[in-house]
Amino acid sequence: MHGLFAIYRKELADQLGSRRFLILFVLICLAGLSSVYTAGQSIRTEISDSRNAFLLLFTTASGPLPPFFTFLSFLGPLVGLALAFDSINGEWNRGTLSRLLAQPIYRDAVVNGKFLAALTTVALMLAAIVVMLGALGIYYIGVIPSGEEILRVLVFLVVAILFVGFWTALATTFSVFMRNTATAALAGIATWIFLTFFMPMIVDTIANVMAATTEIVNVNQLVALEETRQMLARFSPNTLFQEATIAMLFPKVRTLGPLLVSQTVGMLPNPLPFGDSLFLIWPQIIALMALSSVCFAVAYVRFMTQEIRSL
Amino acid sequence: MSNAVVETQGLVKQYGDNVAVDHLDFHLDEGEIFGILGPNGAGKTTTLLMLMGLTEPTDGTVSVLGFDPVHEPIEVKRRVGYLPEHVALYDDLSARENIYYTADLNAIPRKEAKVRADWALERVGLQEVADKKVGSFSHGMRQRLGIADVLVKKPQLVILDEPTLGLDPEAVNQLLDLILEMQRAENITVLLSSHQLQQVQRICHRVGIFVKGKMIAHGTIAELAEQLAGGKRTLEVSAQTRGGNLEDALRGVSGVLDVERNAAHYLVHATAEVRPAIARAIVERGWELLHLRERDYGLEEIYLRYFQNS
Repeated sequence: MHGLFAIYRKELADQLGSRRFLILFVLICLAGLSSVYTAGQSIRTEISDSRNAFLLLFTTASGPLPPFFTFLSFLGPLVGLALAFDSINGEWNRGTLSRLLAQPIYRDAVVNGKFLAALTTVALMLAAIVVMLGALGIYYIGVIPSGEEILRVLVFLVVAILFVGFWTALATTFSVFMRNTATAALAGIATWIFLTFFMPMIVDTIANVMAATTEIVNVNQLVALEETRQMLARFSPNTLFQEATIAMLFPKVRTLGPLLVSQTVGMLPNPLPFGDSLFLIWPQIIALMALSSVCFAVAYVRFMTQEIRSL
Repeated sequence: MSNAVVETQGLVKQYGDNVAVDHLDFHLDEGEIFGILGPNGAGKTTTLLMLMGLTEPTDGTVSVLGFDPVHEPIEVKRRVGYLPEHVALYDDLSARENIYYTADLNAIPRKEAKVRADWALERVGLQEVADKKVGSFSHGMRQRLGIADVLVKKPQLVILDEPTLGLDPEAVNQLLDLILEMQRAENITVLLSSHQLQQVQRICHRVGIFVKGKMIAHGTIAELAEQLAGGKRTLEVSAQTRGGNLEDALRGVSGVLDVERNAAHYLVHATAEVRPAIARAIVERGWELLHLRERDYGLEEIYLRYFQNS
C-alpha cells in the first residue's frame, strides 16, 4: 500500500501545482461566476417567490449565458481529459516508467495512484467552485437555502464529480493505449465533441429512421419510439449527467421519460421531495459509475498486461 | 555457487518470432563488476529487464539474490537498484525531491531518507545543486543523479543499462570512477551493459559478450584474449628494405607460420617467440627495422573477432 500512497501523494501535488489545473480552475470559476451573477440578477428582479431560489442560482439562464450546470456539461469533460490524458504515456515518454516500476511497488499502484489523484483533484476543484458560487449567491440574493436545497446541491456536486470522473477514466484509458500524448489528447477531444454535439443528432436520425420504417398507429408505439430514442441517448454520459442534474436541481421534475396528457390529469404541480428526486436519478448515477468503471478496468487490464518495452 | 548473486539457466525471451535472448546461462559473483557487451539489439536490455522482473522470460530460470524475479519481483526490486538506459528523472522536481520520491516508493521513512539522500548526493558530487530543478542539469549530472537515486535504497546489486551512453569522455571517466568507488566502498555487485568497449574494459572484472541473444564468450579480459589467440601469436613488422622483399625474408625465418600484409604492417603469425630471429634477419640484410610488436588482444580486437566469427 505504501507504493500506492507514495504515488498518490506525488501525483496529487503535481496536479494541484500544475499550470493546467490553474487554467481550468480559473476557466470554470469565470464561467460559474458569470452565470451565477446573471442568474442572481434575474432572481432579484423577476422572482417574487423565494422558494428554491438557491437552486435557481445554478439553473437560471439569463440572456446569452447558459446556467451553471450547462456550462459544466460542456467544460467538465475538458477538465477530466486535461488532468489525465498524459498520465501513463507521459511517464513513458519521459522514460520514468521503467524507473518507477523498478521500485518495490506493485504495478497497479501506478495506474491506481494516478487515477485516484486525478479524481481527487477533480473533486477538490468542483467542490471548491460550487461552495464558492453558493456562498456568493446567498450573499447576492439574500435568501438562506433550506436543508433540502443544500442536499440537492451536494448531490449535484457528486453527480458532477462522477461525470468528470468518467472523462478522467476515459483519458486514462487513452493514455495507456496511445503512446503519444498528443494523440491521446486528440482522441479524448474527438470523443468529447462526438458525445456532446454529434451524439444527439445521430440518435435523432436513428429514431427518425425507425419512425419512418414502422407505421405508427397508436400512441403506445409513439411512446415506445420516444423511449428507444432516450435509451440510445443515455449511452452518452452527457445525457446521464444532464438528466440527473435536471431532476436534482428542478424539484418539480417528476419524470425523465415521456408522459401522456392522460397521465398528468389530477397531478399537482408540487415539487418532489428530495428522496423521490434521488430515486428518480439513481439509475443515472449508477450508469455513470458503471461507465467510469468499465473505462478504468480496460485501462487497468491493458496496463497490467503490457510488456514493459512496449509500455 | 553459494555466493552467486545472479544465476540464470536456459533463459529464453521471445517476442513473437524474434528470439531476443537465446538460452542464456551465466552467473555473477558477489562484489564483482560484470560487463555485458554487445551491439545494439543483442538482447542486453531484455536480459537486464528479466533480471529485474520487469519482463517475464519465455523459458528458463533466473535467480537474483536467491529470489525469483518472476514470482517475487518486489523482493528483488527492494534489493536491486536499476538504472535504465535513458536516465529518466522528473524535470520539475529538484535533485533532492527526485531522490525523496524514490525513497518514498521504497518505504524509507523521511528522516532516514534525508540522511541517505545527503549521503548519496555527496557521493556523486551533486550536493551543491541538490535543490536545483533537474531540468537544468547536464546529461552527465543526470547520470550521476541516477546513480545517487539507485544508491538511496542501499542495494546489494546495481544494474546499469548503458550508463555511459552519450557522455563526453570526461564525464564517462567520472562516472566509471564513481561506479568503481561505489563497488569498493559498499561492496555492491555491479552488472552493467555497454557497447562501448574501452570504457568498460577499464572497470570490469569480467565481461560477457552478447551476440544475437547468446553469450558467446565470457571471462576476464585476459582469459578472453587467450581463448581467442589459441596459443598463437601475431607480430606486426615493418622495415625500410631499400627495395628488398620483406615478405620473403620473413617467411624464411624458422617458426613463422604465415605472413600477411595489411595497410601499415606485415602481420606475422607464429607459435614460438620469433622476435629476435626476425630482428636479426632484417638487420643482417642491411635493412632498418622500423616496427616490431607483438599484438595483445584488447577488448576491441576480442569484440571484433567474435563478431566476425559469429
